[in-house]
Amino acid sequence: MAVASALETVNLVIDGREIVARPGDTVLGAALSADIDIPRLCHDPRLKPVGACRLCVVEVEGKHGVLTSCTTEVAEGMVVETETDGLAAKRKTVLELILDGHRVTCPTCDKNGDCALQDYSYRYQADQFAFGGYQPGPIEPNFATGNKAIAFDPQLCITCGRCVRICDEVVMASALTFKMRASSVEVATPFDMPLNETSCVLCGLCISTCPTGAIYDRAALGQGQVKDLEKVRTVCPYCGVGCTMELNVNRQTNRIVRVTAPEGSVPNDGNLCVKGQFGFQFVHSAERLTTPLIKENGEFQEATWEEALELAGRRLSELRDEHGPDSIAFLSSCRCTNEENYLMQKVARTAGATNNVDQCATTCHAPTVAGLAATFGSGAMTNGIDEIKDVDTLFIIGSNPTEAHPIIGLEMKKALTKGAKMVVCDPRKTWVAKHADIHIQHKPGTDNMLINAMMRHILEQGLQDQEFVDSRCENFDAFRGNLDGFSVEQAAEVCDVPAGLIRRAAEMYAAGDPSSIFYTLGITEHTSGTENVQNLANLAMLCGQIGKRSSGVNPLRGQNNVQGGCDMGAMHGDFPGYQKVTDEAVRFKFAEAWGVDIPTNQGGRVTDFIEQAGDGILRGFYVFGEDPVLSEPNQAKVIRSLENLEFLVCQEIFMSETAKLADVILPASSFAEKDGTFTNTERRVQRVRKAIDPPGQAKPDWEIICLMSTAMGFPLSYDNAGEVFDEMASLTPSYGGMSFDRIDQVGLQWPCPTPDHPGTGFLHEGQFTRGRGLFHEINFREADELPDDEYPFILSTGRTLYNYNIGNMSQKSDAIRQKQSRNFVEMHTSDAERLGVANDDLVTVTTRRGELTVKAVVGERTRPGALWMPFHFVDQPTNRITNDAFDNITRTAEYKVCAAKIAKSAPIPAST
Amino acid sequence: MDAHPMGDAMAAVDLGPAHAVLERMAPVDHGHAIPLLQNIQDTYGYLPPSVLLELSDETGIPAAHLFGLATFYAQFHLEEHGRHTVRVCRGTACHVRGRQVIQEAIDEELGIEPGETTEDRRFSLETVACVGTCFLAPVVMVDNDYFGKVDPKKVGDIVAGYE
Ligand code: SF4
Ligand code: SF4
Ligand code: SF4
Ligand code: FES
Ligand code: FES
Repeated sequence: MAVASALETVNLVIDGREIVARPGDTVLGAALSADIDIPRLCHDPRLKPVGACRLCVVEVEGKHGVLTSCTTEVAEGMVVETETDGLAAKRKTVLELILDGHRVTCPTCDKNGDCALQDYSYRYQADQFAFGGYQPGPIEPNFATGNKAIAFDPQLCITCGRCVRICDEVVMASALTFKMRASSVEVATPFDMPLNETSCVLCGLCISTCPTGAIYDRAALGQGQVKDLEKVRTVCPYCGVGCTMELNVNRQTNRIVRVTAPEGSVPNDGNLCVKGQFGFQFVHSAERLTTPLIKENGEFQEATWEEALELAGRRLSELRDEHGPDSIAFLSSCRCTNEENYLMQKVARTAGATNNVDQCATTCHAPTVAGLAATFGSGAMTNGIDEIKDVDTLFIIGSNPTEAHPIIGLEMKKALTKGAKMVVCDPRKTWVAKHADIHIQHKPGTDNMLINAMMRHILEQGLQDQEFVDSRCENFDAFRGNLDGFSVEQAAEVCDVPAGLIRRAAEMYAAGDPSSIFYTLGITEHTSGTENVQNLANLAMLCGQIGKRSSGVNPLRGQNNVQGGCDMGAMHGDFPGYQKVTDEAVRFKFAEAWGVDIPTNQGGRVTDFIEQAGDGILRGFYVFGEDPVLSEPNQAKVIRSLENLEFLVCQEIFMSETAKLADVILPASSFAEKDGTFTNTERRVQRVRKAIDPPGQAKPDWEIICLMSTAMGFPLSYDNAGEVFDEMASLTPSYGGMSFDRIDQVGLQWPCPTPDHPGTGFLHEGQFTRGRGLFHEINFREADELPDDEYPFILSTGRTLYNYNIGNMSQKSDAIRQKQSRNFVEMHTSDAERLGVANDDLVTVTTRRGELTVKAVVGERTRPGALWMPFHFVDQPTNRITNDAFDNITRTAEYKVCAAKIAKSAPIPAST
Repeated sequence: MDAHPMGDAMAAVDLGPAHAVLERMAPVDHGHAIPLLQNIQDTYGYLPPSVLLELSDETGIPAAHLFGLATFYAQFHLEEHGRHTVRVCRGTACHVRGRQVIQEAIDEELGIEPGETTEDRRFSLETVACVGTCFLAPVVMVDNDYFGKVDPKKVGDIVAGYE
């Protein structure tokens, strides 16, 4: 009985103290949670214990000899001693033997200051020459030689095996192993292949677990010993998982040297992915903007802050006054903090007198916000990340978690290790697809056909949770009636998937105890994006797989703070906390708080702004931390539209493609240079902290936004980001109970309405936010642009593990560029053979909007007839050729389907 | 790939026989790694890296695991074996009768160390625990032939007899 055993306890005595542990705990685990520090070298709480180093030995009353505490389970009444003279002598010998095989170089070792071997050797006064001392042989090349992410020094390795095990057990990449070399073992890759040619995913977990300096961040070598680095706890600036990380700052050089994650951190459990671990170099890039710029006669000239702000403020105000609220727009940034997004929408609605404010959710998850709000009353991930490992059946659709949300991918791997089943619906053979019990490789753009067929089958078999449907939902009869028009056979045909697989997938999901749905942009980036989302909500309600722990509908949000950007009301129809602009009482509340009349124009989304700019309706545009020229579809049209603006001001850290079109550029701060909060995909609000000063004259964004407001005639100022947060929280019920103090170490998940509220792990327990869950009747609509004779392929776009969105941050990292720096297209072997294309050949991909010449990656990852491209590369921008067709409800573009052709291209002459 | 530490060991090898082994053994999973390696070695005479990478792709057994096993067990060879195997006994009796000197002489004669194969694939060199003819110590074996009371100066003559 899971419930009963969770309550059971085991009482034991360690070093004279009475300790209460849980059955199955190890003696080491019990001791550590009681702050009794037993020395250990092969132990990491993320790994299965192996008892290899024998440093953690303890004496147990009634047992002969010593026991390794990491492999000994607690027992009732056990009496344990962890520090006796005998144990100390044993440990000293163990350490001396280890030191005999270790080149002791503490004075020059980068790890000096955070090395378990160093600490224990000192604690037990181990003599490095007790057994003669280490005789270093010649230094030979190894798998990490030349790798720009990871360095490996075998002479510092104590063969504890933690790197090999973490790569196997946690990452499941199995890139490392031990090889026998003469009489000794050494960490190696298969056949000593260079690391980047193995299955390594450059997560750096091997670095994080290494107790010595043997495996270390290459770029950090020589940049300051760990003992001299200051750790600043903050949140990763890349994806929506929101990993807690520490920026290790060398105060002498004011530079970030490396990134670490604290043991047991929330939500990432001490883990990071390649972007969090190695993606921070952009902060120190020489390409950072360091001074305000004003364009004169087509050339940017350096300007003072006064000049730039005066010009930008005056021009936006003039346009506002002359042409009304629809003539200017504010694009906020989900790369930036909640405080900044709050201010941006406040400034739009006060100084700007317009509801024309948006952020990049329109580009990705707006259908989630709209679709789930309409169904459940709340448009966010229903469950917490820590609940994933306890899911019984993972249902993953249109999502590639091990690449786009790698730490959520790791939590899913934990579930798999515990025996979870997995259904994956994806046109591509991703990692999860390959490891799934059922992989439905349906045609891109046929999701609703598939989901309807599954639900039809569930109803036919009577597998639905009728009690849940009856007691918690509404509009069921109409929904059921609508499904009469669908069948599994029809779906098998349209989706091009065996009917039996669809049936089995439906049954597996319905039967899961519990099941949980995970989806990403494969669901939302369609002309039917909102309907796709609503249909997944239908599926969950039908089976009662929502409103409980580890079970619900879980959109994995993209950008680090896209959840927060939406929460903060940087959207035309919503104030912070999704309070509706159309609601008279809400408008009154904000009018009171801000001391202005709230504008009444309807406002639009970023995709509208671009069209309106092209049509001359939108005249002034304030773009903050976004690059629509690279992120929006049909690039040529985007550029034409933005060029048509009368005034464009960009607040940026780099000269982005959009900034190049600006009249004024304001130099902004990266996440490492300012305070604030991000809200991750599981609604957890976490602290972002300033680690270093911004470069040159750059300023924190929240300050710049206030200065812009002031320049537009609406003076605004705050002493610090916390003050902005407090104002926001006082106006936002779901954030009402939060403060910087409360989220200092671990963030809180909204809703958190009062200062004593613990936050909310999963939503919709007992009742949906809107009352009853609303079933929607969803029909199947084809994608906007289907393949035809001229453009016979379906092109989808997406993200890779190594890069992030438009790439301007991730591509600044040497480690990442070494692994992936060029665009490519994935195509199926059968198509490649037919067209005479070999792997690595240059091919030209053409759509009705343009063409790109990139390398072909030929294999079985895509379906025959399908192409897939990432969009991370500024010099080969995939959005040059994507389709500007939009979701009928949220105006999100259909990045996942457009018609394309592909042909082998003549080799480009080597550039000179 | 130019800086590959394995050099031309990664060169293409006919994968057909490997697929045949897989078919014969199907289904193959983690539990079959050792018999799989044995069969592959029986087929190819050694464990060609490119074959192991292919096996990993086909079976889902990580290449790192196959490589770890292949280096852990002395029975496996990652390089094509020589036509003849020279084994130097490292048992106690041979040890006290100066096997170290013999070993060094043979290393020098062949230009390789134990576990390696000469470039012309004529000899592979191994060490072996007591071969049971201690009265002849120090002992060297070439294929199935025994050479006893070996004189370090004579090792050249011994290997000269094998083409
Ligand atoms: S970086 Fe990650 S995947 Fe690569 S070897 Fe280390 S643990 Fe394994
Ligand atoms: S590299 Fe580090 S983690 Fe790996 S075996 Fe050596 S000491 Fe242990
Ligand atoms: S999973 Fe996301 S938040 Fe975590 S380290 Fe990777 S990019 Fe950063
Ligand atoms: S920590 Fe227990 S044996 Fe290494
Ligand atoms: S020790 Fe060499 S043969 Fe016995």
